[in-house]
Amino acid sequence: MNWTAVKSIYLFEMARFFRTITQSFISPVLSTSLYFVVFGAAIGSRIQEVEGVSYGAFIVPGLIMLSVITQSISNASFGIYFPKCIGTIFELLSAPVNFLEIVMGYVGAAATKALFIGVIILATAFAFVDFEIQYPLAMVGFLVLTCISFSLMGFIIGIWAGNFEQLQLVPLLIITPLVFLGGSFYSISMLPPVWQIISHFNPVVYLISGFRWSFFGAADVPIGISLLAIGLFTALCIAVIWWIFKTGWRIRQ
Amino acid sequence: MPPIVEISALRKAYAGGFEALKGVDLQIAEGEILALLGPNGAGKTTLISTVCGITTATSGTVRVGGHDTVTDFRAARAMIGLVPQEINLEPFEKVQSTVKFSRGLFGKPANPALIEKILRQLSLWDKRDSQIRELSGGMKRRVLIAKALSHEPRVLFLDEPTAGVDVELRRDMWEIVAELKRDGVTIILTTHYIEEAEAIADRIGVIAHGEILLVEDKAKLMARMGKKELEVQLSEPIIEIPASLASDALRLNDDGTALIYSYDTRGERTGITKLLAEVAAAGLILRDVVTRQSSLEDIFVDLVHEGEAP
Repeated sequence: MNWTAVKSIYLFEMARFFRTITQSFISPVLSTSLYFVVFGAAIGSRIQEVEGVSYGAFIVPGLIMLSVITQSISNASFGIYFPKCIGTIFELLSAPVNFLEIVMGYVGAAATKALFIGVIILATAFAFVDFEIQYPLAMVGFLVLTCISFSLMGFIIGIWAGNFEQLQLVPLLIITPLVFLGGSFYSISMLPPVWQIISHFNPVVYLISGFRWSFFGAADVPIGISLLAIGLFTALCIAVIWWIFKTGWRIRQ
Repeated sequence: MPPIVEISALRKAYAGGFEALKGVDLQIAEGEILALLGPNGAGKTTLISTVCGITTATSGTVRVGGHDTVTDFRAARAMIGLVPQEINLEPFEKVQSTVKFSRGLFGKPANPALIEKILRQLSLWDKRDSQIRELSGGMKRRVLIAKALSHEPRVLFLDEPTAGVDVELRRDMWEIVAELKRDGVTIILTTHYIEEAEAIADRIGVIAHGEILLVEDKAKLMARMGKKELEVQLSEPIIEIPASLASDALRLNDDGTALIYSYDTRGERTGITKLLAEVAAAGLILRDVVTRQSSLEDIFVDLVHEGEAP
């Protein structure tokens, strides 16, 4: 393993993040605060408890997931799309590094950034609502796994994208609906039966459910299935990236 | 000594079917400077990209320092530095950090003293904390060179290093190349400036339509093109060369209006004085005298056109 290269890529990507640290933090904190004001305080006060938790607290895990998933995808997709777009990827392709090292550098940095944002949002949430985390270790585990798996997916999107529109398109057309319909703001059990079945095809449901379980000890789907789903998703992304580097798809002629 | 770069039967066909390299064989000795000359689209960049791992070969092998560039890519690539033709740099990065990044990417431990030496050598030290976007085109090219040198390559590829740069940078570049050569670095540069190849190369290769047409020692090539022609234009056409002038070096042009004399510019005596005296003695009246040098450019153009013939 060329650890020096992994470290170099990681630090190089993190430097980009720290250059724009103010924007990186202000935007998610602001939008989360707005969610808390609108859903938690204004609408939430008229909603009864969900699964024994106040509505304001109930949406905390969903909101964190919403931001972490979006951030992971956008960070990782931009991180690899940018060098591809401006041509600096030549250096990566001609360097003595293999796909795993490239992925660890880029995806590691993207996941770290998303994790930062997730933690900041969690801290913001404490300022708005009262809640406790029942299984803090599991919570951290789910958060880290989500950051990594969706950064892997973002990396794939970044390599696939041929222009900036496409880079925006997948998050907009696929990820946002999946996250919103994944139970961020409600329990799947609140849906009509047909939609409950459809929801089980949405991978994000398992993530949010598992993550919420770590907060409140209650989940829409069994925790084991949640872990299995996220594990499979991560493995699938790694397999796709391995194939991309093996065939040179969209990166090497 | 085995060649440091060995390219055998290298072919590259792009997805559209275009064959950019048609079985290239090339051996490059350690420490030499090879200039690859060729028109646009000849396959120069494809050849370099394939050696460096940016494009994958359709067939054939490349070994660098004895390491296969596919099966033993780490060892092979660690020896190679590449200065691409396009200015590919992240606009918001700072000069020094992007050069340090390159070193790390190639797995080398940080070495601030070396980075400083390289940046000073390239007159970039004062700009080390500037963002790339603030630099002029020539400066950006220097940054690309600094990045390639940062990991101490044994083989350096320079793809059109002086395309569109000013005279000063071109001179600096030639000096840097000369210094690298003194350190034993093997340098392969592509160019379409023939004077550049003349100025710095040890060997010259001509590539066109994906094929190497010629690889020859520069001195030998120079000897071939060291021929010069003197055209003595006559005020009255003549039918044949007067017997007193007859020699192998002299011929008459088609309409008999000029005598054409070939000579070696590096010869001890060119024979021009004697010729002109004899021409006067033969009673011929001169209208004008013109000299022409067959250049590398002519050889190059001839070769490339031969390559075009069906």
